[in-house]
Amino acid sequence: MTEIWQGLVTAVKLIISLDPEVMQIAGRSLAISASSSTIAALLCLPLGAVIHFNRFPGKRTLINIIQTLFSLPTVAVGLFVFVLFSSVGPLGGFGIIFTPAVMVIGQVVLITPLMLGLIISALSATDKAVTDTAVSLGASGFQMSVVTFREARFGVLAGLIMGFGRAISEVGLSLMVGGNIRGFTRTITTAISLETSKGDLELALALGMILIFIALVINIGLNRIQQR
Amino acid sequence: MSMALIETVNITQKYGGQEIIKNINLKVEQGEVLALIGPTGAGKTTLLRLLDLLEAPSSGSIYLDGTEVTAGKRLRLQARRRMSFVLQKPVVFNMSVADNIACGLKWRKEKESAISRRVQDALELVGMTEYSNRNARTLSGGETQLVAIARALAVVPEVLFLDEPTANLDPVSAARIEEVLAHIIGGQKTTVVMATHDMSQGQRLAGRIGVIINGELLQTGSPGDIFSTPGDTRVAELVGIGNILGGVIANRDNELAGIDVGGNIIQAISEHGIGAEVHALIRPEDVTLALHKDTSSARNTFEGIITRISPVGALVRVELDCGFPLLAVVTRRSARDLNLAVDNRVYATFKATAVHVIKRWN
Repeated sequence: MTEIWQGLVTAVKLIISLDPEVMQIAGRSLAISASSSTIAALLCLPLGAVIHFNRFPGKRTLINIIQTLFSLPTVAVGLFVFVLFSSVGPLGGFGIIFTPAVMVIGQVVLITPLMLGLIISALSATDKAVTDTAVSLGASGFQMSVVTFREARFGVLAGLIMGFGRAISEVGLSLMVGGNIRGFTRTITTAISLETSKGDLELALALGMILIFIALVINIGLNRIQQR
Repeated sequence: MSMALIETVNITQKYGGQEIIKNINLKVEQGEVLALIGPTGAGKTTLLRLLDLLEAPSSGSIYLDGTEVTAGKRLRLQARRRMSFVLQKPVVFNMSVADNIACGLKWRKEKESAISRRVQDALELVGMTEYSNRNARTLSGGETQLVAIARALAVVPEVLFLDEPTANLDPVSAARIEEVLAHIIGGQKTTVVMATHDMSQGQRLAGRIGVIINGELLQTGSPGDIFSTPGDTRVAELVGIGNILGGVIANRDNELAGIDVGGNIIQAISEHGIGAEVHALIRPEDVTLALHKDTSSARNTFEGIITRISPVGALVRVELDCGFPLLAVVTRRSARDLNLAVDNRVYATFKATAVHVIKRWN
């Protein structure tokens, strides 16, 4: 018990003193997840619009598949990306296995279904009369999409934040394709898992607290948005 | 021959195998105000959506100013930008009232200066200038409807579509909207097509009425024509002609015909020949009741027994059995003066000219 208490005290000290290693790991985590979320958002916003605003056979099935992939296991994506990018894999030529770049790619794959699905449901939740009104007022297809996104903005933003939350909190994928290389691909979650197995609780607890803090900030943000 | 501003040729709309609009041919002339009346679910909204090119018909063509605009994305958008539509339950975008009204103008890439001027004009037209900066989502139902009307008018449409403009409002807001609409209709050259289930609203605002029942356009004509000489028993029922009696022309003397309705002869003006199967339509308000046999010039007097009395606002509906069922409407005062009660015997009288005779199909 005293050991855990000691660990907590040291962890707080590490955070307060802005320990370089802790800050570096946290910064890297944020940078990788922010990159993957941004790329995923850039993919999902137009794709979500295309899926939502068009009628095509199999639309319902496609949306069901997207929703099923919300809970895509991180290790499954890790395995898939690893096989693709490992030195003997079809995309091994890029030589990016065990780099932050491949971690970003993996996270994009992981969170795209979640973001896409939530964007589509946010768009579907807007009143059908909104699009009818826009079209009747002379909006082109693109102008109509813009105004619908505007109306659905809180739901869409919530979807983007959820995607970021899933990216920053996953561990299996980062460990498998990033390799947890110190000073290069080590992130909050991979570091916690390694330090805990080593018995070095101080660093793990400090990083855990930072992760929880990030989660808290995200949740407060989400709540604010949803109350609007 | 010049074409009407809007013309539909055999348009049909199907949703999942069900025909909502059946083969409608409609012409809307430049500058006219046309009201589409019919019960809820008759297809009025669908017809307006087709005319505004919000949806494409399953078959048939739509012409705007002589150009077919049924198909082609670009063509439809250009045509749609000459019209605007106020939905039955209008929605406003989550932005200020002024920004809402500016939407259609921005989408048409109008100049900033022109936009702000037109927004001001539209706000003045509906009397909501002081609401300019309010978030439109905070408005009441009536105010939302006014903003929607201003937003539709700001683009100065050649055709304005209104779907049940007062259906979801309290009487005070409804009266205000109607006043605004009457002002717009009187002051501008805009062509207006409105759907309403409120017959009297159609009569007040429109120069021409089209009756839609069950997806079919049954009759178009002046309000007077529709209300006094409906061409069909379904139209007659819709416009409140309470007496629709089936019979056969039994005799005739010049234009005056005797219609045999279950053994009773009703005198009416009709050109149908002897033996023709017809419906005699009589407005209940054209039937007068008396305690003694009337000796006036009215051609039809029947003795009947009151079977039912029910108050309707300031009036009283009296159902009679005269050998055939007959409905009369009298004022409360006359009901009291005549001491009307169920099982009482009264004389019902109506003029031969009050009977509108239409041919019976089947």
